[in-house]
Amino acid sequence: MRIVGLTFTAALLGLVATGAQAPASPPAAGQKPAAQKPAAPRAAAIPRTSDGRPSLQGNWTNATITPLERMGADLPLVLSEAAAKDEETKTQNAIDARETASDPNRSAPPVGGEARKSPNAEPTYLERVWQAGAGVVGGYNSFWVDPGDRVLRVDGQPRSSILIDPPNGRVPALTPEGRARLAAAAAARKTAGGEFDHPELRPLAERCITSFGNNLGPPMLPNYFYNNSYTIVQTKDNAMILTEMVHDARVVRMGGTRPPPNFRQWFGDSIGRWEGDTLVIETTNFHRNHGFRGSWENLKVTERLTRRDANTLKYRFTVEDPTTFTAPFTGELEFRAMAPDEQVYEYACHEANYGLEGVMSGARAQEREAAKKKSQQ
Amino acid sequence: MRWVSVLKASVVAGVVAAAVTIASNPSVTGQSRTPGLPRVNGKPDLNGLWQTINAANWDIQAHTAKAALAMRPGPVVPVPAKEVLAFGAVGAVPGGLGVVDGNDLPYLPEALKKKEENQANWLTRDPEIKCYLPGVPRATYMPFPFQIFQGDGTFFISYEYAGAVRNVYLKDPGPAAIDSWMGQSVGRWEGDTFVVEVTGFNDQSWFDRAGNHHTEQLKVTERYTMTDADHIRYEATITDPGTFSKPWTMSMPLYRRVERGARLGQFKCVEFVTELMYGHLRKEPIK
Repeated sequence: MRIVGLTFTAALLGLVATGAQAPASPPAAGQKPAAQKPAAPRAAAIPRTSDGRPSLQGNWTNATITPLERMGADLPLVLSEAAAKDEETKTQNAIDARETASDPNRSAPPVGGEARKSPNAEPTYLERVWQAGAGVVGGYNSFWVDPGDRVLRVDGQPRSSILIDPPNGRVPALTPEGRARLAAAAAARKTAGGEFDHPELRPLAERCITSFGNNLGPPMLPNYFYNNSYTIVQTKDNAMILTEMVHDARVVRMGGTRPPPNFRQWFGDSIGRWEGDTLVIETTNFHRNHGFRGSWENLKVTERLTRRDANTLKYRFTVEDPTTFTAPFTGELEFRAMAPDEQVYEYACHEANYGLEGVMSGARAQEREAAKKKSQQ
Repeated sequence: MRWVSVLKASVVAGVVAAAVTIASNPSVTGQSRTPGLPRVNGKPDLNGLWQTINAANWDIQAHTAKAALAMRPGPVVPVPAKEVLAFGAVGAVPGGLGVVDGNDLPYLPEALKKKEENQANWLTRDPEIKCYLPGVPRATYMPFPFQIFQGDGTFFISYEYAGAVRNVYLKDPGPAAIDSWMGQSVGRWEGDTFVVEVTGFNDQSWFDRAGNHHTEQLKVTERYTMTDADHIRYEATITDPGTFSKPWTMSMPLYRRVERGARLGQFKCVEFVTELMYGHLRKEPIK
């Protein structure tokens, strides 16, 4: 995928983390999702490893324009193909508008930046992400972004959200304990200083510690920006899942015992098993800095990966933490095979993190200017 | 065109027969099949957790133990530099016999000068201090384990240090599209030895904490030869006409981590160098 090493703002992480609360244009009447079936009978068509297991190996992408959480209470989970096409057309219109060349003879842009006019009456999800990520000016021009342009389809069904359960497609409410934990964390950050005062108050992706949002997860979610690329290598004893962003490799052990609770890894401790042709991975022991919406200590994520055909990997996940969420929740995605000539590259982010240095230096420069103005008054 | 198919089939059969004959005759290939090795798909099974035990990351050449990597002149003998003094014995350098075959490095004169400058400015120049990716072969002998994933048609190495990774292509994708810290790796089996050609490097990584360096012309040829179930003989031949007058080779054993529950950990050190690299940009830097 593309090779980039820029930065992006806390605002975007906020949006991706909480989900944009906004109505979307009503789709055509939806259908009910297919009933969940137990493990499908062994299909002969899928690639298999020499030990007879389905091969999950290869380079994959989970890029999609479909949000984690459904936008709009009246939307069904399953969209009509016409509604999905409509969303894709609108998204393409927005991308095209962004990519239109600027008029070289235009006058200076207004303070705050020049708005690119999208032809869409209502902004698409991607437009909301862009807006929340960096406002009008944008942290990136279009050349660098590669968010995907397709509505998520699972088993051929276009979907309005990645989440399928609860039925409203939203992350369940936080428990009082979960709310209190998030509030305490926010208060601690506020006590530490303003968002540009310390490098530790910048988002993990900006610090080149992890990818945006929940790319490697688990659950492995699209980041709606770029490099939603994964490599899976499978052996008898392990599955290794690499996310291109920040070259993070998650090692899934096939079987084995859990480490003690005080042994924490950034992406948790993953133990896998085969249920028929499905690789089931259970992950606990998450690092306190990388859970899901304030959940880490008691977070458990169960993932189910099923090779559907040469180009498709079905991905289903369930997130549980009774100390944080009032109910478990489940989502579905499809990972698509990257083209054979597309490689996963080295995302050496930290080694050239001019972004973080620029963000911090910029804040210090603004402070110096403000102080100078004040002294001149 | 049925006769073509028949012809093809007989040619293929002939080639296969010849290949079988060659493969089963060590004197023809020059490669013997080491008995007693764990195998996967007929090749030595290198899957698992491996680590070196040596002082190569301090200095790949033979060196005597000393008080610190960063020194300054003292009234009698050199003493540890101010920045590392507090480490005491923890900051001292263990000696080592070196891992370079013949010990000498065939530096070009300018490159040798740069090595000496690197050594004198170790604290500000060594990419390891900033938690940068280690490059190859340094990743191998960092004092951390690494895990080999040898699947069907796949070979991948994940290193604990800095979360460095290498996808070793078994089919050559052609010249590397971009330079990188870990390079582009292409592997093949020569008998029971797994040979990896690594190219496409940038010129930023070092070979050790002693300032040994290279240019982007670096090419590393690694040879992984399993000698028994728990040991691999590792050799890396370094070719870099921008730095060295001729190729040279380092070699060392890799040991399997055999303890119960041995597993790859995470040493995501980017977080650990936050104060070092960005502390001066705080609103109020820590005094």
